[in-house]
Amino acid sequence: MTSQNPEVKLLGAWASPYVARARIALHLKEVQYEFLEEKFSAKSELLLKSNPVYKKIPVLIHDGKSVCESMIIVQYIDDVWASSGPALMPGDAYERAMHRFWTIYIDNKFIPSLFDMMTSPTEEAKVEAKEQTMASLQLLEEAFGKISKGKPFFGGDTIGYLDIALGSFLGWMKAFEEMNSPKLLDKSNTPLLCAWAENICNNEAVSAVLPETAKLVEFATVTQTRFKYAPPAK
Amino acid sequence: MVASAAVRLFGMWASPAVRRVEWALKLKGIEYEYIEEDLSNKSSSLLEFNPINKQVPVLVHNGNPIVESLVILEYIDETWKDNPILPVDPLERSKARFWATFVDVKCREESRKAFFMEGEEKEKAIENLQVQLKALDEELEGKKFFSGDHIGYTDLAVGWMAFWLGVGEEAAGFKANYDLKFPNFSRWMKDFLAEPVIKDNLPPREKTVEFFRSFKQLGSCTKVNQK
Repeated sequence: MTSQNPEVKLLGAWASPYVARARIALHLKEVQYEFLEEKFSAKSELLLKSNPVYKKIPVLIHDGKSVCESMIIVQYIDDVWASSGPALMPGDAYERAMHRFWTIYIDNKFIPSLFDMMTSPTEEAKVEAKEQTMASLQLLEEAFGKISKGKPFFGGDTIGYLDIALGSFLGWMKAFEEMNSPKLLDKSNTPLLCAWAENICNNEAVSAVLPETAKLVEFATVTQTRFKYAPPAK
Repeated sequence: MVASAAVRLFGMWASPAVRRVEWALKLKGIEYEYIEEDLSNKSSSLLEFNPINKQVPVLVHNGNPIVESLVILEYIDETWKDNPILPVDPLERSKARFWATFVDVKCREESRKAFFMEGEEKEKAIENLQVQLKALDEELEGKKFFSGDHIGYTDLAVGWMAFWLGVGEEAAGFKANYDLKFPNFSRWMKDFLAEPVIKDNLPPREKTVEFFRSFKQLGSCTKVNQK
């Protein structure tokens, strides 16, 4: 779906779920963009110039102007390409607040515990992170029930802001399950999220962007010193 | 004034995140009922409206609770459309949100460390905070407020630093030296605090310093549990 349109560029990396958020939004809105892959070993001049505060991906560069922070980028894409594709944010102010609140929850609570579960230095810390992760998933399961109102996505009939916030991490969640983490989504504990995960992964904008589980597992294993991850004995 | 008995705000007098919401409500001329919470003994209403974080502020509008002060600010702006606080242009909106989350996540983290820690860790936190203040200082170049000629979302988001940074410094005995090093930011702090809506909606300084002083002595982060 990428093209050499100089107007829209995205600085990113294939394995980053934060970058996936921006890409899913761009695909849903049918925006043609140039994907510039950053290397882990050295940050590009363009990245340092366009995100001097954080020096992190993703960065969206539109008409030469940079937009940073994944969910800020998603809102920007929704605003600028409002007439293309589905609205990513709900129309109602209270529903928007719910999408924003749960996205902050995902970023501040769920994601740190998800990664801590795999990378914490002690077994005790891993167990605590696992409990926090499973508890978070229960809360997200309940939230889905309330917010989706029986529809397939948090956004209703179409993928929305909160779907992107959480769905972007499904690649890593599946990879962790392969790497011996507990089953994160299962039909008995989180039936709604299981169905949601299937629906979202079947969506073309998402499947085009989410990396294959096997590639992520390989990536994690190869860069285990970077992640300080020691695979548990089987 | 837009009369609305349907708006309630659960807060705590010393909390910057709560004041942030009050500033927005007052800027918009929204009437609201304020409920003071004792965070060591939280009300059943607060726990019912915010079971996840159990924190203040919580805005309740028509029975619906909204949590997280920056989320509340956007909700207020979208619901009461007079005197908008967020810009209309998508790029400007993205910048406003960028700086808001920068101060809420990064500056707050370093300020907390500078406040609670001692020795080398404290020094490192002050250094990091100064790097952040420099970025904010540069952002203010040529502007009276972050939002332009009038205060807006970004100013309300950064606003806690105009008052509570000084309070924290006094209570915990450190100096970030913004008056010497960051002239734009220093000037902005004074201008922001001079705005009528802000000036009339700050906690009493001495009492707040005392509160944070004993808060530090307790060595606990959990008492003023706010976002």
